[in-house]
Amino acid sequence: MDLQVFDLAVARGGVPVLEGLNFSLAEGRALVLRGPNGSGKTTLLRTIAGLQPALEGRVEGAGERIAYAAHADGLKTALSVTENLSFWAQVFGKEDISAALQGFDLVDLAHRPAGSLSAGQKRRLGLARLMVTGRPVWVLDEPTVSLDAASVALFAEAVRGHLAAGGAALMATHIDLGLDEAELFDVGPYKAKPRVSAQDEAFL
Amino acid sequence: MISLLMRDLRLAVRAGGGFGLGLAFFLIVTVLVPLGVGPETGLLAKIAPGILWIGALLACLLSLDRIFALDWEDGSLDLLATAPLPMEGIVSIKALAHWLTTGLPLVIVAPGLGVLLSLPQGGYFWIVVSLLLGSPALSVIGTFGAALTVGLKRGGLLLSLLVLPLYVPTLVFGAEVARRGAEGFAVQTPLLMLAGISFGAVALLPFASAAVLRINLR
Repeated sequence: MDLQVFDLAVARGGVPVLEGLNFSLAEGRALVLRGPNGSGKTTLLRTIAGLQPALEGRVEGAGERIAYAAHADGLKTALSVTENLSFWAQVFGKEDISAALQGFDLVDLAHRPAGSLSAGQKRRLGLARLMVTGRPVWVLDEPTVSLDAASVALFAEAVRGHLAAGGAALMATHIDLGLDEAELFDVGPYKAKPRVSAQDEAFL
Repeated sequence: MISLLMRDLRLAVRAGGGFGLGLAFFLIVTVLVPLGVGPETGLLAKIAPGILWIGALLACLLSLDRIFALDWEDGSLDLLATAPLPMEGIVSIKALAHWLTTGLPLVIVAPGLGVLLSLPQGGYFWIVVSLLLGSPALSVIGTFGAALTVGLKRGGLLLSLLVLPLYVPTLVFGAEVARRGAEGFAVQTPLLMLAGISFGAVALLPFASAAVLRINLR
């Protein structure tokens, strides 16, 4: 089942930022969102992940199929790398975290508290969480922030493996990951025209 | 669900988890009150049930803003919301974890601290019963308040102002059970009211908490 977006309009804080979005994402494909800062990429990803309602239009094939990774990694600094990953694995009904640890080169760090990791290592742990969710559609918001070149290559390899296994990935990123399967999608032309909102979102 | 509970309990007892915060506050209140009131055991014995209840309530209030604030700050709340757990389940587990790390320890130490307040002999049983019955309501109502104020910077003040009025019925009937028990009167009426408040809050408030949390995550 593809992820499909029909006539989607999204709003941030009650102000429409993007409208008229139509795209679909088939299994085994990746879609890279491009657009300047503040153009609404994060809002779009949050809407697709189901964290906020769409202003107009609809999203199909999302819901329980989405594994979402935001700017924040959702790590508990007092827990070790293994404990953090195991927790998310259990939440998603999985057991095995060894593939995720290996995929992001975290084996040597497995027993370190997450609080003692560097920014890039934390990011790798945050991304490794995607591999333990077992969900087919990865929705990633700036996944490569604070990663070095080697880690970006690890990440690209993980995405490639995920796509080869029939998954799909939708990501907002500014750097080239070297993924052949990736298509680019520029959100610039879909900028919403200012309009008067009929309802005040605060009272919805 | 179980894994979320285990994680919250583990985080509470690790460094910076705030496990002892409520307990320490409760201890401080009950140690300071006799010093402030003076050495009149008759007066102390009279106010002991009320002081224990107020101390427990404030100790509970102290730790409320941690329920969601930490998960909000590091982004785990967003990730939990997209996880295959129902939001009602998440808030119920959070309330349960709060009760296990704050409410239950308060119930356990309350009789010991009753000695400091020269609680009458008949009161020990009823202070434990009333706190055991009432503290789940404190945690569940507090979770609702925490869900309302999650994401607000320095939301602690607003949280206290929102939650305190909601705590009043629990305090009134809880302290009444303990007072009547200590003085040897029948406790049935306030006990039933307290049980009603507690069970009602546990049954209904998770739905309200989940609804406001969904709105706050937008």
